[in-house]
Amino acid sequence: MGYEINKEGDALIVKVYGEFDLHAADYARRDIDKYIRSQGAKHIVFDLGDLTFIDSSGLGVILGRYRHISEKGGRVAISGVPPTILKVMEISGLTRLIPFYTDFASALQSVS
Amino acid sequence: MKIRNRMKLEFMSCSENVGLARVAVAAFASGVDFNLSDLEEIKVAVSEAVSNAIIHGYEGAATGVVTLSALLSDGSLEIEVEDAGQGIADLEQAMLPGNGSDPERLGLGFVFMKSFMDDVDVWTEVGRGTRVKLIKSFPVSENSGKTAEN
Repeated sequence: MGYEINKEGDALIVKVYGEFDLHAADYARRDIDKYIRSQGAKHIVFDLGDLTFIDSSGLGVILGRYRHISEKGGRVAISGVPPTILKVMEISGLTRLIPFYTDFASALQSVS
Repeated sequence: MKIRNRMKLEFMSCSENVGLARVAVAAFASGVDFNLSDLEEIKVAVSEAVSNAIIHGYEGAATGVVTLSALLSDGSLEIEVEDAGQGIADLEQAMLPGNGSDPERLGLGFVFMKSFMDDVDVWTEVGRGTRVKLIKSFPVSENSGKTAEN
């Protein structure tokens, strides 16, 4: 698993690759929170187009960041979820909390 | 019951091994007629069971031992994930969605296991550990793997 974190305007862009499980979750949580603080980001877009696996540990990182950003009045969006992973997202309830977009540009626009 | 195949794996309770466990089971299960969606769901269920063993059974300590075993018989895959950790004091409560006290965790481990497997059976005893059995059936065809007797 890997991830890239960049900033566009007020939004932090978190692109996640590969498998997002317990092992990856602790590192991702720490790094994303560090960037939120250091970059003063108000919103987050999770670009999950290259994600190959996610379980409740990875979903917990997304949900935790959603709660954190929402409490401060920010917005969170998700883009490009592969069909094989969408069912896990639906069962978790995340699709009812966070807007999902097929393309990254629409997701970014939604938080801008 | 004809046994087609069986495997057993022991590993330390470190988070790196969650991926090892699910990949091992997916490779093991790919010898029969599970489709790709089934295999993805099995991987999620195994990931949840092993993560629970590490996070809750051993409270995150990497020094415990997790035992993963799997058995393929006619039309059925049985997976067992066992730890010798602290056990679960209130199993009924633990199996409810969102039961965890940690806001960073969804508390959906057992929900995913139940959603993606046909049957989930849990044995646990405080101070002795937890064993989770996950069962998923698959269609049996003439060419869906050889039995151990062949």
